[in-house]
Amino acid sequence: MTLDQMLFGVFPYLAVVLVIVVTIWRYFSDRFSYSSLSSQFLESKKLFWGSVPWHYGILVVLGGHLISFLIPRTILAWNGVPWRLYVLEVSALAFGLLALLGLVMLIYRRATNPRIRKVTSIMDIVLLLVLLVQVVAGLWTTIFFRWGSSWYAGFAVPYMWSLIRFSPDVSLVSSLPFMVKLHIFGAFSLVALLPFTRLVHLLSLPLSYLWRPYQVVIWNRRDSRRN
Amino acid sequence: MDVRAQVSMMFHLDKCIGCHTCSVACKNIWTDREGTEYMWWNNVETKPGTGYPTKWEDQEKYKGGWKLKSEDSPEDKDKIKLRASDKGRGFANLFHQPNLPTIDDYYEPWTYKYNDLFDSPAGDDQPTARPISLITGEPMDIEAGPNWDDDMGGSTVYAANDPDFADLTMAEKKAFFEMERMVFFYLPRICNHCLNPGCVAACPSGALHKRGEDGIVLVNQNVCRGWRHCVAACPYKKVYYNWKSGKSEKCILCFPRLETGQAPACFHSCVGRIRYLGVVLYDADLIESTASAPEDELVDLQREMILDPSDPDVIAQAKRGGMHDSVIDAAQKSPVYRFVKEWELALPLHPEFRTLPMLFYIPPLLPVLGRLENGTYTIDEKDYFGSLDKARVPMKYMARLFTAGNEEHVRKTYEKLLAVRMHKRVEQVGDLNQDDVDGMLKATGLTVEMCEEIYRLTSLPTFEERFVIPPMHREYATELMGDPYTFKAETGVGFANKPKRGL
Repeated sequence: MTLDQMLFGVFPYLAVVLVIVVTIWRYFSDRFSYSSLSSQFLESKKLFWGSVPWHYGILVVLGGHLISFLIPRTILAWNGVPWRLYVLEVSALAFGLLALLGLVMLIYRRATNPRIRKVTSIMDIVLLLVLLVQVVAGLWTTIFFRWGSSWYAGFAVPYMWSLIRFSPDVSLVSSLPFMVKLHIFGAFSLVALLPFTRLVHLLSLPLSYLWRPYQVVIWNRRDSRRN
Repeated sequence: MDVRAQVSMMFHLDKCIGCHTCSVACKNIWTDREGTEYMWWNNVETKPGTGYPTKWEDQEKYKGGWKLKSEDSPEDKDKIKLRASDKGRGFANLFHQPNLPTIDDYYEPWTYKYNDLFDSPAGDDQPTARPISLITGEPMDIEAGPNWDDDMGGSTVYAANDPDFADLTMAEKKAFFEMERMVFFYLPRICNHCLNPGCVAACPSGALHKRGEDGIVLVNQNVCRGWRHCVAACPYKKVYYNWKSGKSEKCILCFPRLETGQAPACFHSCVGRIRYLGVVLYDADLIESTASAPEDELVDLQREMILDPSDPDVIAQAKRGGMHDSVIDAAQKSPVYRFVKEWELALPLHPEFRTLPMLFYIPPLLPVLGRLENGTYTIDEKDYFGSLDKARVPMKYMARLFTAGNEEHVRKTYEKLLAVRMHKRVEQVGDLNQDDVDGMLKATGLTVEMCEEIYRLTSLPTFEERFVIPPMHREYATELMGDPYTFKAETGVGFANKPKRGL
């Protein structure tokens, strides 16, 4: 088995198994550890300039990856007209840079503020570094291997669908440049890291807040409210 | 009518001596862990003063509590919204809560390097124990503490910024700080266990909740995800963020103690015996309409929500709702019901925050400025009520604290308190005109019997009269969890795991 087969044919499955098994295990054995672990209480101003650009940047970029993954043909058709391609690429780059800006700010804040260092775990550092590599590799791809949005739909999307069909077609990615391979490997590394880090907070998006009443009352006995 | 029970509280400020025993009792039991050092679920503030966290009452700064929607758009009448975050903004602000206080709004907790006192080599100077931060462990300069302006220390710097001075004129404010007129009182604060809590409404995870049977507001530590909106939304700043565990924590009204029939630690340890605890029954159908009432009606309407526990209709409705007889019985003996509803003496703190707080205060009597004449201290007043106008703390200030600025209202309370005082004075000292005192009783609507009861419950209550704790019927709670024998002799819910910071 070649290295490519290991990294792109086997590792993705390993990552997905890890994320499912460990997340569920952690949820039922140590639910207390599920938290965003916000450090805003110790430092607020720099967090604003880090957390807000980071989250909005990465959410849009991830959303773009997901949409293209679901409807690659539509994206290719959209990119058929040059100005539309430029609009897509420039906005992707802008949000990518926004995420990078936020991430660098977050790393700087964590490294320099003694209070924040006190609440930094080893996994926080690992996570920030992997995220940095991942965002830089993504931006590198966007800038130097044009036009990413088109060939993502042509190469990466069929590769990911081949993973889902349990017949990984490693040949689709093995010819890609190193930075792109790094980006794909980084993506699955983050999936694998999720249950071992504070990343689990993205699984607890509190959607039910939208429809629940403002006040929450919990009764000891289910049948105590008979009226 | 939806009759519910609330374990409610009353603090008699005339009896508070500001000894902080309550705070220390609470701290030693609940908040002596890393990440909670700065938290004082119970704290005692000097008024006038800026309090803890600094200027917590200033909602222009902290944006806590509810406000009428009509303040923004007049057509939206009679509905309220959270000042800090409604549902929409709740999501937009997940990544950074703009109204979250930081630890510097409270204070950086510290200890001292005591070992230096023992380990220093011999030298010309006395060794000192330097303060070190309990967060970073580094040496630090102490800039604030939980009672930095205790007893009006540094009053021109701290007390002068009291947000409750808002209604006072410049001259009135200045008069406050004349040496001869200097006056202060203490304001002990715990979580109000509100009927319309802002913290519960703001929690995206739904971790905060009100217990149905007793109304205690709690944070489920396993559901909390550290979104921090509760801290911003509580106008009393009584939900605290544990910076170490990444979860919010708050006063739990010592529910494990209540469940075993003991008063909460701060109540139990109170040296001045200022604290009263008992159940009140209230009509939960009125929560929304009361919370969105005009400011000057808030105190009255909140009192109207509280139901007479001896009324057969109320009892019947309570039983239909599944309330245990023992709880109704406790409500009938509740000292809080008597002070708040029957005698209308106790007032909620800052009702204008619209959370319907269920901790009530009897405002402190206000000393007046008198002078010595032939060896007698005289205040030049014919009418005993007149002393209220000469009080060193203006009525306006007390109205800002307890009646959303309604001076008439706070005055009515004071007139009753004065009437009781004068009634006892004419009886025991006999130096007042009986007709004047009878007139005072008539004007305030008090009878001699009521005065005696108020006096008794204020000055001579036993432990059992101050704390009427209803049986908490823990057996019902364990029914939900499975075999009751598993939980026999246990209190609270407990941790299966050590509550250590997540990965």
